Amino acid sequence: MTKKTIKVDYLARVEGEGGLYIKMKDDAVVDVKLKIFEPPRFFEGFLRGRDFKEASDITARICGICPVAYQMSAVHAMENALGVKVDAPLRELRRLLYCGEWIESHTLHIYLLHAPDFLGYPDAIQMAKDHKEIVERGLKLKKAGNQIVSFLGGREIHPVNVRVGGFYKVFSKRDFEPLIEALKWARDAALNTVRWTAKLPFPKFEQDYEFVALHHPEEYPFNEGRIVSNRGLDIDCSEYEEHFQETHVEHSNALHSHLKERGAYFVGPMARYNLNFDQLSPMAREAALEAGLQKECRNPFKSIIIRSVETLYACDEALRVLESYEKPERPYVPVEPREATGFACTEAPRGILYHHYRLDNQGKILDAKIVPPTSQNQKTIEDDLRKFVPQYIHLSQEELTWQCEQAIRNYDPCISCATHFLKLDIERT
Amino acid sequence: MDGKSKPKVAVWKFASCDGCQLSLLDCEDQLLAVSREIEIAHFPEASRAVVKGPYDLSLVEGSITTPHDAERIHKIRRSSKFLVSIGACATAGGIQALRNFKDVNEFVSIVYATPDYIDTLQKSTPIADHIKVDFELRGCPIDKMQLIEVISAFINGRKPNTPTHSTCIECKRRGTVCVMVAQGTMCMGPVTHAGCGALCPTYNRGCYGCFGPQETTNTDSLSSQLKKLGADNDEIVRVFRGFNAYAEPFRRESELHDKKNH
Repeated sequence: MTKKTIKVDYLARVEGEGGLYIKMKDDAVVDVKLKIFEPPRFFEGFLRGRDFKEASDITARICGICPVAYQMSAVHAMENALGVKVDAPLRELRRLLYCGEWIESHTLHIYLLHAPDFLGYPDAIQMAKDHKEIVERGLKLKKAGNQIVSFLGGREIHPVNVRVGGFYKVFSKRDFEPLIEALKWARDAALNTVRWTAKLPFPKFEQDYEFVALHHPEEYPFNEGRIVSNRGLDIDCSEYEEHFQETHVEHSNALHSHLKERGAYFVGPMARYNLNFDQLSPMAREAALEAGLQKECRNPFKSIIIRSVETLYACDEALRVLESYEKPERPYVPVEPREATGFACTEAPRGILYHHYRLDNQGKILDAKIVPPTSQNQKTIEDDLRKFVPQYIHLSQEELTWQCEQAIRNYDPCISCATHFLKLDIERT
Repeated sequence: MDGKSKPKVAVWKFASCDGCQLSLLDCEDQLLAVSREIEIAHFPEASRAVVKGPYDLSLVEGSITTPHDAERIHKIRRSSKFLVSIGACATAGGIQALRNFKDVNEFVSIVYATPDYIDTLQKSTPIADHIKVDFELRGCPIDKMQLIEVISAFINGRKPNTPTHSTCIECKRRGTVCVMVAQGTMCMGPVTHAGCGALCPTYNRGCYGCFGPQETTNTDSLSSQLKKLGADNDEIVRVFRGFNAYAEPFRRESELHDKKNH
């Protein structure tokens, strides 16, 4: 009987703090736990009694990397509750804001968090010593995303311009001109990013997942669509809780989410891509196929290429919005409170983000429920490791550990969202 | 400057959203230049390489909310020459300090099915409540250029140049028309610490106090003004109970109005 213990004290380059524990017996995995001990902050608790207009700014503070996603899910859930539909130009501006966040968040992960794994560096700063131009391109591309968010939203992190019904302030077409120039450069850089990531070395690791994402017949999903899966799920956001369930496990301060009927599922860029390939822009579709991706991809390590394709799409889509932009007649649609319940799901960079609120007749929040993408992926991450480790058991302890970290980073986990501290323990007995 | 003599900088996280440390990675134009001047010795969000302490400068994000973290912060202080807390969580307890006004166990059972698994303190508290802090950088989130200023100040042995006046002054400097006077919009600008450049009024909304209280505040006078604009006690409580709810002047003011409610 072989006996071995692998131990890494800190899983780095993820947002937040968590740990991993893998127990092995005779080269077989007997237990995998993605441990999350990010201190809980109880957002759903203190949202009670707050005004419906405050939810978007409060929930943005769940995550500094994807605050726009929280703002979008919150305002859409409130609008769903209060029977409001925003004007078409405002809807377009919301797509633009989301494009900014996808570009910023995806590029952060591609260049600064994930690529160093493929090329064998501890971080992007070390990587820059040998690949200066690449890292500089990544930073400039990330900046283009942040320029959208900080111009339209007021600042990159926790933007201030989003409100229920629309925006506080809208801009003239001319105001956006500097962004168009930056985005044209960014679209080329994103195309080069797709080509560059396609050449990275990928472990052979294909799994049979249930992918879950929003789907909209006419557009790649941001704020609107039905929740669909490759195994026949096709529901409205209001039906989410009938099909998905959260459970509280001892090793995680983030609730585990699963499909009531079938268990673990997969959300995020790879799920969106597989369920919405036809809705990508022609440029993004071509780039994906040219990079050697099929219409369907089941290797989570290749998520770095898909994130690049989505970044290209987001640049392309942002330019489309800006080129056809006319200043909206009013910055927001007036909203009156009433006793109501509202639901929304939007596509955060890491996958579907569900919000559900119940309001009283003054618009005070009586109940709130929030399910972030990372808590939905937790079980799938654990399943991946269960299957991945035996395939690579021949590797040295250090190499295997690094590979496991990379397998976790495939999901760009945001532990701050899901609850923080990743500690990796692989115990072999 | 050779590699060995670079100052060692560490970044630490407690209960937070990651946004303030992300501000460092959001310095896209400065990141590589900054990394030539300092050694990023401990920054798990950005690197899997960890250099052992002691550190010349520690940047601490997040508030203290667990018994484990209340101990961890003392170890970090012992291994740091200078320690700067960054952001509203680290300087005031953050939005999660809303628990301080209620019984935390009630919150635990709203969110978690098996409250016994959760190990949490009754209150969410700022770093300075636990250890000596050399400088506090405000904001929810912090301003990234102020962060660069703070790093550069400590490395060069000088005091950071970050203004301590109110957001109101920033508005006047920008020439933004007062939203409270001109539109009757409730605004926390008169009592809020500068740093954001008076962003919200520029976007046609009232300031909501991300940077916390300025040095000497007249919260009482602001409450009277908010009342004139139609706010009831309940609304005044909510205005002061935002991202810096547990900062002393805001806490006092909200408790005063909370009492009037009951």
